[in-house]
Amino acid sequence: MKNEWPLWEIFIRGQHGMSHRHVGSLHAPDAAMAIKNARDVYTRRNEGVSIWVVEAQHVAASSPSDKGPLYEPSESKVYRHPTFFDIPEEVGAM
Amino acid sequence: MYAQMIKTASDGIKSRDEMSDEERTFQDKIDADIKIEPKDWMPEDYRRTLIRQIGQHAHSEVVGQLPEGNWITRAPTLERKAILLAKVQDEAGHGLYLYSAAETLGVSRDELVEMLLSGKMKYSSIFNYPTLNWADIGAVGWLVDGAAIINQVALQRTSYGPYSRAMIRICKEESFHARQGYHAIMAMAFGTPEQKKMAQDAVNRLWFPALMMFGPSDKDSVHSEQSMAWKIKIKTNDELRQQFVDQTVPQILYLGLDLPDPNIQWNEERGHYDFSDPDWSEFFNVIKGNGPCNTDRLAARGKAWDDGQWVRDGLLAHSRKKAAARMAAE
Ligand SMILES: [Fe+2]
Ligand SMILES: [Fe+2]
Repeated sequence: MKNEWPLWEIFIRGQHGMSHRHVGSLHAPDAAMAIKNARDVYTRRNEGVSIWVVEAQHVAASSPSDKGPLYEPSESKVYRHPTFFDIPEEVGAM
Repeated sequence: MYAQMIKTASDGIKSRDEMSDEERTFQDKIDADIKIEPKDWMPEDYRRTLIRQIGQHAHSEVVGQLPEGNWITRAPTLERKAILLAKVQDEAGHGLYLYSAAETLGVSRDELVEMLLSGKMKYSSIFNYPTLNWADIGAVGWLVDGAAIINQVALQRTSYGPYSRAMIRICKEESFHARQGYHAIMAMAFGTPEQKKMAQDAVNRLWFPALMMFGPSDKDSVHSEQSMAWKIKIKTNDELRQQFVDQTVPQILYLGLDLPDPNIQWNEERGHYDFSDPDWSEFFNVIKGNGPCNTDRLAARGKAWDDGQWVRDGLLAHSRKKAAARMAAE
């Protein structure tokens, strides 16, 4: 079990000038093999034009218990949204 | 189904009063259709049941490659061969998506494989039946993947995020599987009398094993209430089985084949087809390890695992050596 291949997180850029998106994970001995495997597993039907692989242990993630402190502050800042401001119609498109 | 007789790890369903605060928050999220993600708090029994269910599902995808792989080199045309190869390759991918989902619950893929090989974990009973000829390959894609789709479409709504995402991905690929199978059986049903006979024979043999995929009848399936409450089971075995029968009977009739069960009959009152139960003693017997191919299937997986050992070890040793050399150069 100690000889298990490490886990890699796979990110794929779809066709249309999008950013890379997480699509799943896989095991591979190294980055080059991870890219080869990702090609076989995640792009068999033209799903992508570019692949990023990151070893899963290098991903740092926020923890669910931080949800409050991290995201609640933004809830009260309604002025960050354009709809907060009433602009007279006569002003035109803005 | 692909996960057929999952024993839910729980001593019965708890009332809200019996739940701890954490359990109540957890259940509220599920009731509100908020997905549970790997780092969220979850009851130990939920985690354990999911590992069993996703693990068995993953094993089924992988073992399921064997009956079809058997015919890749003997496909009747180059086109059918390429199609079957692509289909079987998809199943390897399905196994991978599901092992990855299970791994987010704190079990490693190697541990899951070891449990399969030691017989501690099961795979779907359907893959313990043989594929005797080319008609069986058509029937497997059509009926077996067709049954799997019905289960997996429901499971897209499952409460565990990684499992649900794996199901969504898998469902996108599955309809190719069912359609290529039906297409192959169509060619035979509309072919020579001998071919039509083969198609009929395949349907006759695979019909009841396909019905068994949904697991025992609701009255005999223990613990499924808790799994329903946790939304790791979305519909009951009998609901799914009925859906499969209703969908498949017209497809059999279209082929001009005889129905594989004399009791199949449209029931106006229920708005569903009536049909016979499979032989449940056969089902339990196959689950226990006594189906026609249980020994072969496990032996094939064990051999693949052992034969691949030096490749896994070699590649890992190589990458460690390269990493060490890089470190030394820095
Ligand atoms: Fe599959
Ligand atoms: Fe499939």
